[in-house]
Amino acid sequence: MEFSIFGIGILTWLVFAPIVGMIIILMLPDKNRNAIRWTAAGATGIQVILAGVIFAIFDRSKLGINDAESFQFIEKYSWITVEAVPWVGRIEINYFLGLDGLSVLMVILTSIIALIGVISSWNIQKMVKGYFALYLLLVTGMMGVFVALDFFLFFIFWEVMLLPMYFLIGLWGGPRREYAAIKFFIYTFVGGILMLLTMLALYFSVAYTDPASGQSVHTFNILHMMNPANYVEGGLLSGVDTTWRYVAWMALFINFAIKIPLFPFHTWLPDAHVEAPTPISVILAGILLKLGTYGLLRINFPIFPDATIYFVYFMAALAMISIIYGALCAMAQDDFKKLIAYSSISHMGIVVLGIAALNTQGMVGGVLQMFNHGIITAVLFLAVGVLYDRTKKRGLYDFGGIANQMPKYTGLAMIGMFAALGLPGLNGFVSELFSFLGAFEAYKWITIISVTGIIITASYILWTIQRVFLGKTPEKLTDLKDLTLREYLAFIPLIILIILLGIYPAPAIELMNTSLSHLVDFINTGG
Amino acid sequence: MLLPLLGFILLIFFGKKLPRQGDWLASGLMLTSLILSLVLLVTKLSSVPNESISANFEWAIVGSQTISFGIMIDNLAAIMLVVVTLISTLVHFFSMGYMKDDVRYSRYFAYLGFFSFSMLGIVLTNNILLMYVFWELVGVSSYLLIGHWYEKKSASNAANKAFIVNRIGDFGMFIGILILFFSFSTFAFEGIFDSIAAGQLPFGSTGWLTAAGVLIFCGAVGKSAQFPLHVWLPDAMEGPTPVSALIHAATMVAAGVYLVARVFPMLTADALLIIAYIGAITALIAATIAITKFDIKKVLAYSTISQLGYMIMALGVGAYTAGFMHLVTHAAFKAGLFLGAGSVIYAMHKVLHDMKDHQTDAQDIRNMGGLKSKMPVTYWTFLIFTLAISGIPLTSGFLSKDEILAGTLAFSTLNGHWLLPLIGFVVAGLTAFYMFRLLILTFHGKPTDEKRISAIKESPFVMTIPLVVLAALSLFVFYSFNPFGASSGWFYAAMERPLSIVPEMLQPASGAVFYEAVSSVHTVAMILSIVIALGGILFALAVYHWKKVSAEKLAQKAGVLYSGSTSNWYFDEFYNKVFVGGLFSLNKAMRWFDENIIDAIVNGSAVVTQGFATISGWIDNNIVDGLVNATATSADRAGGLLSKIQTGKVQTYLVYIFFSVLVLFVLFI
Repeated sequence: MEFSIFGIGILTWLVFAPIVGMIIILMLPDKNRNAIRWTAAGATGIQVILAGVIFAIFDRSKLGINDAESFQFIEKYSWITVEAVPWVGRIEINYFLGLDGLSVLMVILTSIIALIGVISSWNIQKMVKGYFALYLLLVTGMMGVFVALDFFLFFIFWEVMLLPMYFLIGLWGGPRREYAAIKFFIYTFVGGILMLLTMLALYFSVAYTDPASGQSVHTFNILHMMNPANYVEGGLLSGVDTTWRYVAWMALFINFAIKIPLFPFHTWLPDAHVEAPTPISVILAGILLKLGTYGLLRINFPIFPDATIYFVYFMAALAMISIIYGALCAMAQDDFKKLIAYSSISHMGIVVLGIAALNTQGMVGGVLQMFNHGIITAVLFLAVGVLYDRTKKRGLYDFGGIANQMPKYTGLAMIGMFAALGLPGLNGFVSELFSFLGAFEAYKWITIISVTGIIITASYILWTIQRVFLGKTPEKLTDLKDLTLREYLAFIPLIILIILLGIYPAPAIELMNTSLSHLVDFINTGG
Repeated sequence: MLLPLLGFILLIFFGKKLPRQGDWLASGLMLTSLILSLVLLVTKLSSVPNESISANFEWAIVGSQTISFGIMIDNLAAIMLVVVTLISTLVHFFSMGYMKDDVRYSRYFAYLGFFSFSMLGIVLTNNILLMYVFWELVGVSSYLLIGHWYEKKSASNAANKAFIVNRIGDFGMFIGILILFFSFSTFAFEGIFDSIAAGQLPFGSTGWLTAAGVLIFCGAVGKSAQFPLHVWLPDAMEGPTPVSALIHAATMVAAGVYLVARVFPMLTADALLIIAYIGAITALIAATIAITKFDIKKVLAYSTISQLGYMIMALGVGAYTAGFMHLVTHAAFKAGLFLGAGSVIYAMHKVLHDMKDHQTDAQDIRNMGGLKSKMPVTYWTFLIFTLAISGIPLTSGFLSKDEILAGTLAFSTLNGHWLLPLIGFVVAGLTAFYMFRLLILTFHGKPTDEKRISAIKESPFVMTIPLVVLAALSLFVFYSFNPFGASSGWFYAAMERPLSIVPEMLQPASGAVFYEAVSSVHTVAMILSIVIALGGILFALAVYHWKKVSAEKLAQKAGVLYSGSTSNWYFDEFYNKVFVGGLFSLNKAMRWFDENIIDAIVNGSAVVTQGFATISGWIDNNIVDGLVNATATSADRAGGLLSKIQTGKVQTYLVYIFFSVLVLFVLFI
């Protein structure tokens, strides 16, 4: 589907609107903080509108995944072409963007969370200009990853994200921010290196015949990499079920597992969350983690269907460990943010379990869980942020009786909490249900063990509610104000989504059903 | 036929609309729902045969599977609907008096409305997934209502406990649902039953069919507070008393029984036997605990558990109609008992409040006594309820209990499980005993404090009228015109036992065989049950009224049994130590592991890399620098610094890459 404004495709607008905003912000004077904030809000606001347009006109019946024709809003320009390098042939890197049922929901999620993040960044006082400039750069990186169909471009966007995140945690974070930022940086960078190596290996193994010139052209085009016919004779990753393909799969998997984060690659997350300022935590949990599972689905699964099937039990087992381990660790925390961080590990485990089922229910459940978890954790981190702004405290034992002090806030936060514990009628339940349904078909016992996670989850969430919201108010916390208008603006859209998708998830499922069914078929038939 | 359907959609709609408004609106809407359900029940019953009305809509399409939700009304649902709306309406009215000065009055009614909505959802759904959805929603409303006075730590603890213990049961139910969906690709009861009837089995094995049934039953174990998950219900008494009447006596806890009745056709004989024994154990344990409790609500709570055990046992032995009938009759008299207790507590509380006495427990029956003349309406209705629960003829309780006992006796004659009727009769005796103990200690005898008791006043009309209505409903005429036989009444006609659809060799004794056995033992069972109930009552009178037997001496003689009973057979202690304690140590261990092992590896590798960096930095500065004749020192410094950073990183990558590749090879190649 073609849709452009001033001759520039909608996806380019979507990706680069924040960059435009960033440039404007950099030109604005330091003093003019409100102009800076409004520019950021404008840039992300435009994204939300564009995402709305995409939601409205997106064709739900097109396959996507490996079929270039059925991607939507495609933009493809050759970006770097080097003619006839000796023994390599022609090098081709494309600026290739497109959407299918897998990415469309993530794009919508990113635009929503990015705007909410700006709203909750309103009271950042330190180096406002730099903060918002980096923030918008980060948003561009994330959005770019979700729409890029060229591996090189994907990699560029992936790395673009890393730097602003490092600074946003390292400069605007809490007391141990430097440690947290470096830890985040090292973890992700190691993953990045692994991805870079695999990408190069893939590049040299894949070449397609250019129909125009008949030349054999090496390419970073992700879709070409999915086609076994494009692998050159004797290439490192050519063939099926070879050791090198397993190694490559594993290298990519580690990269994405770090981002998800999956046990045992998860320890950067609690630190990063605890130290990051509220809006950055929202972005981190709301969007960044989804890049990991998205990468698995976009790259690992369709490019290496053979290795995916080979490692699928391993993946499901890690998912199970993450679910249980994350929930148990969450229960042992006394810092509110750390608790949510570990709960994220547990909930992202459900995503991996769902997609590892390699059937449509699990896949739909997993991707829906990505979206829902993004919304839910955003609410939870906002909730912690509200308390932190008022009291400068985050310890679970520092609070009590908030329900009496701030009844409206408590109501909204409790909806978020109950969504996180998978209460039916709220969105978390729907995606957990489909993930488990799919997973049960593939792995009976792993799923049964994983489902015990919902008991532990209920325990730590209710215990948290009890410690923070119920009981008697400590004397120090006697005049807390209920939510301000700005805070309502951040909460309400998310709460509406939580309830809406909880009662009627079909609009979200429709978006991805066709593509994900196709992906499942594609993997199970070996590509 | 379409009109009642419309009524129901409206009803669900009303249920949703209820919250946030004044009590009159809430109660008025509930009353409207009641009238609609009554109309429906009458239309439903007058149209024979028993056909179910249903309607579906598409909820989601995943892959090529369509998941649709819908409602279904058969006689089971229609009767349950009246029970729920009736009790709910009465409790709404009662609450107007009981909760009059509460700080969160409107929120209380909102939650009541939410509860009623979810409960009606459970009753109306035609689909096990949707039932699970509403199942959890009633759990939440119960959580919110138990924790209504959340400033009290004990209240929020009880709320958590209720929710989490229920979650454990729901976990089983969820797995059961997964098995069913996996096997039959549908959540609809009808579709599941059709597939089983057509000979399909989960994983092709009969064992899994039994397992699926038992797992679904786990949900009922949680919700209906059956052994071993019964521990949450007594604690749930922290909630306001009308809530206990509605949720924790009459309706929500009965949902488990309703669930078993719903899936009854797919339960195999093995599954039913497990269900019967769970019910029997529950009935016995709870009854033995109830006899030593002094808190008026705790006695009633354990009695509820015990009666629920009866119902579950009845379903297990195949006395389907009797079990469900007991649910209905029990709903009326137990709600009545709780509301009566509420009325007493309300009066006590008021007096204690006026006397500025904050020490005395308003719920302890040792502080009562002699309330009979002060609260006549409460007393007389309470007496009727007590007679009903004890199973004395002319009451509704007699009808249903008698049928259950006859059912267990018949079951034992067919299969030789003699323990079940034995427990049944013992529990009947215990029930009569502890209920009369409660009645005597509360209303008869000499008050412990004359001044306090003389100030007690009868509760206002909004509270006594519901009591009178429920007392009337505890009489036999509403269920059968024959006071000694339920089977000739309309209820039995409307609630025929559904045919089992499991493969023939797994089927329980068929309805015809079973009923024949029942009718042959019926008279024996009836006489026995009357004698035992009267025996229990006489013994209670002897101990507490005429004081012929000393309660203290009895307690001493019972020894271990007595202390076991007073401490609830140590279930809580055991669970706290083993499960809660275990979980917490596991949490701590995992946290320790995370911070000290996994993180240590990460930090350790960082330290190692730093070490490398320092060493190479040192080499760079001292050896390389020494070798090279430096011309510009400052440039050198910069170079040294740079190389420090760069070398550091490359080393990091190398180390990581090396280790990942190593791990990879070790693991998979």
